[in-house]
Amino acid sequence: MSSGVGVDLQDVWIKFGDFVAVREANVNINGGDFFSFLGGSGCGKTTILRAVSGFLEPAQGKVLIGGNDMAGKGPNERPTALIFQNLALFPLMKVWENIAFSMEVRGASAGERRKRADELLDMIALPGQGDKLPSELSGGQKQRVAIARALCAEPDVLLLDEPLSALDLGLRHHMRTELREIQQRVGITFIYITHDQGEALTMSDNIAVMRTAVIDQIGTGKDVYDDPSTAFVASFVGVNNMYRGKVKSISNGQALVETNRTGDLLARISTGATGKLAVGDDAMVFIRPEAFDIADDKSKTNTRIQAKVSHSEFEGTSYSVFLEGDEGKEMKMSLINRGEARMYKHGEELTIQYEANNAVVVPAGEVAGE
Amino acid sequence: MTNSPLIRFGIMAYLILFFSYLLGPLILMSITAFNSSSFPQVAPWEVFTFEWFSELFADEQIIEGLRNSFIIGFFTVILSVAMGMAGALVLTQIWPKLRSTYYTIIIAPILIPGVVLGISTLVFWQRVNSLFGLPDTSFLQDGIFLTVLGQSTFISSYCMLVFVARLQRYDTGLTEAALDLGATHVQAFKKIQLPFMMPAVGSASVLAFLASFENYNTTTFTFMDYPTLTIILSQKVRLGINPSVSALAFLIICLTVFFALVHEVRSRRAQLAEANGAPVGAVGGGFRAPKIFAGNPAAVVLALFVAAAVGTLLFAQVYDPTPAKKAFMEKKRIEQQKRIEAVKERMRLKKLRKSFKGPDIFAPKKEKSAFGNAFDPKNLNNSRPGTKPLKPGSKPVAPFGGAFNTKNLGDIGPDGKKAKPKSSTKPKSPFGGVFDPSNLGKVGGKTN
Repeated sequence: MSSGVGVDLQDVWIKFGDFVAVREANVNINGGDFFSFLGGSGCGKTTILRAVSGFLEPAQGKVLIGGNDMAGKGPNERPTALIFQNLALFPLMKVWENIAFSMEVRGASAGERRKRADELLDMIALPGQGDKLPSELSGGQKQRVAIARALCAEPDVLLLDEPLSALDLGLRHHMRTELREIQQRVGITFIYITHDQGEALTMSDNIAVMRTAVIDQIGTGKDVYDDPSTAFVASFVGVNNMYRGKVKSISNGQALVETNRTGDLLARISTGATGKLAVGDDAMVFIRPEAFDIADDKSKTNTRIQAKVSHSEFEGTSYSVFLEGDEGKEMKMSLINRGEARMYKHGEELTIQYEANNAVVVPAGEVAGE
Repeated sequence: MTNSPLIRFGIMAYLILFFSYLLGPLILMSITAFNSSSFPQVAPWEVFTFEWFSELFADEQIIEGLRNSFIIGFFTVILSVAMGMAGALVLTQIWPKLRSTYYTIIIAPILIPGVVLGISTLVFWQRVNSLFGLPDTSFLQDGIFLTVLGQSTFISSYCMLVFVARLQRYDTGLTEAALDLGATHVQAFKKIQLPFMMPAVGSASVLAFLASFENYNTTTFTFMDYPTLTIILSQKVRLGINPSVSALAFLIICLTVFFALVHEVRSRRAQLAEANGAPVGAVGGGFRAPKIFAGNPAAVVLALFVAAAVGTLLFAQVYDPTPAKKAFMEKKRIEQQKRIEAVKERMRLKKLRKSFKGPDIFAPKKEKSAFGNAFDPKNLNNSRPGTKPLKPGSKPVAPFGGAFNTKNLGDIGPDGKKAKPKSSTKPKSPFGGVFDPSNLGKVGGKTN
């Protein structure tokens, strides 16, 4: 990691009246990191961002930027720049004036500003567009102008509030790579807010997954995906098959969970849940669709599930088989298409299996999308 | 349905009625400005003249009123726009719970009658004045000061409404973005929010100025030594008007139409530019690009209007109505002389007839007749219908100054203006006695 300026949230609580928007947030963001807050709408992730940029004061706790307490400092006194969800480009100013606004308020001459704006326009691959108005640019171009405007302020920390959500899908994918490239080029800390797990997983060094007002887990994309600490993270990040049950036995970091319908399932206890599960506790087992495979042997074991095929979908690189599962829900199994794929028909009895280490058991809890 | 000729005719008729209702008075008034008759009238048409314009500009009262109106308007605009903007900004910042209460309070002056505002302004500042023990000549009792404050109490509410409408479309994220980029609050306001509000400042200024210019109710209590145009006009109307007031109205109408059209052309051009995605300048000026006339009736009207105005001005330089007027006056005098002779002759005959006949047998009936027997066929030839006085002390003139007497049609302006009976208490009859049959010989007393 380059030597950027880190951001620390220490026991931060943010309240609006009696409503607690953020509860006990402890986050340690390394300098030069691309750090994402991932969560559904209304979970408080934007609130955290506003607390970092200085539009909100936490009711309790500290926000440190580069080790300095930011309490009492307004947004114009913090070394941060925020890219707004709607970009908030100044509609009456030309593109170059927008970009160089931070210099204008510091009293830089028009010549200086123009020069810097042109440099940044080159950087964001919009050379010669400086004299247009923001309304004359396309969505992706506006996006890049907003980034250039924020970078022109030479912030230590760049905060991005779902900046890609207004773009169409193709552009969004393109901008993901571009943002990551820009971040690596300028080497400053990026704090990125998104509800799109794809964005978070592809761009971030570290991700904080937020449930309503609470940060459930902080880790790399792989950690969050493969080793979710809570039922919420497991169900929110990626597609997961969920089985409710009770812990029957625990051994070697694995737990045997007795489920209502599917039978006993053996799964690895998540790192974050270690020590939080005891025999008899309500638990949830999560198995990724790609963790399943067709079993050759049809006999029932702790890592085999027998179910009827409900329907299948062919997706090119893979095909998905949906099986009748617990609680009227469908189980999803993804098989990579290596040519030998065949479509399983409705009603077909199938035995599928998984590696116990690829399945995760966590204490029962709140689940995303319910 | 719209194809039915009956419906189309109905719509046409309605439109004609509607527009003549709207514009008819304005057009008639404008025409009277060019008639040489000393009373604003269209028919009978005397002589086309610009004399009322000269008279208007020679009228020092009106010029002074205009000057006061402009001075007061100027300060009212400054004060009202500033207060309106401040009020609107507070509305966006105030706690949501207080917002509706605040809005009600700040909008209340619009609902309070102007008369009340005028009186309260006067009383309040008089009290303030005596509180500080200042003389009556202090600036707190100055007509301009009081009028500006009095008008601003409610005009600033109008302005606030304009600003609120504009601010509703303002993205507070822009201010936040400016702050985030290092601007101070003052810088953010000056560089971001104020430029955004500039169009509203423009329209609020125009609105404030017009409201101030046309205000009468409030001003009438506060003007002191500085009568505004509306005050002057009302004073004049009380004493009887002449067409120089029409001339003023005509000028105001012209200016209003002109600026309305300019505004329309500009906004259309802006729309056009926006639709084409080009900057406004690229569409071109109205006269540089004749193309604009194709899709823009307002521009065409504007061009015609300018042409007509220029034409009128040029014509005014060349045209001299004096000979025509002299000829007309001569003709009129001869006609009037003839009529007077005829009336005198008739009077003499009547007297003769009366003395010959003796007391009229219908006399008692006449006494009871409601309209002074104006409708009695017997009296058709009588220039003074009815012997019964309308009111005690009524002047010895027929009701309506005989204006409706068929005999007098040619002599007196048949504009239906009533000579109010109450004015009979004055020694002089209203309208300078122009309606008094005894003055028939000197029509338009002033011009004679």
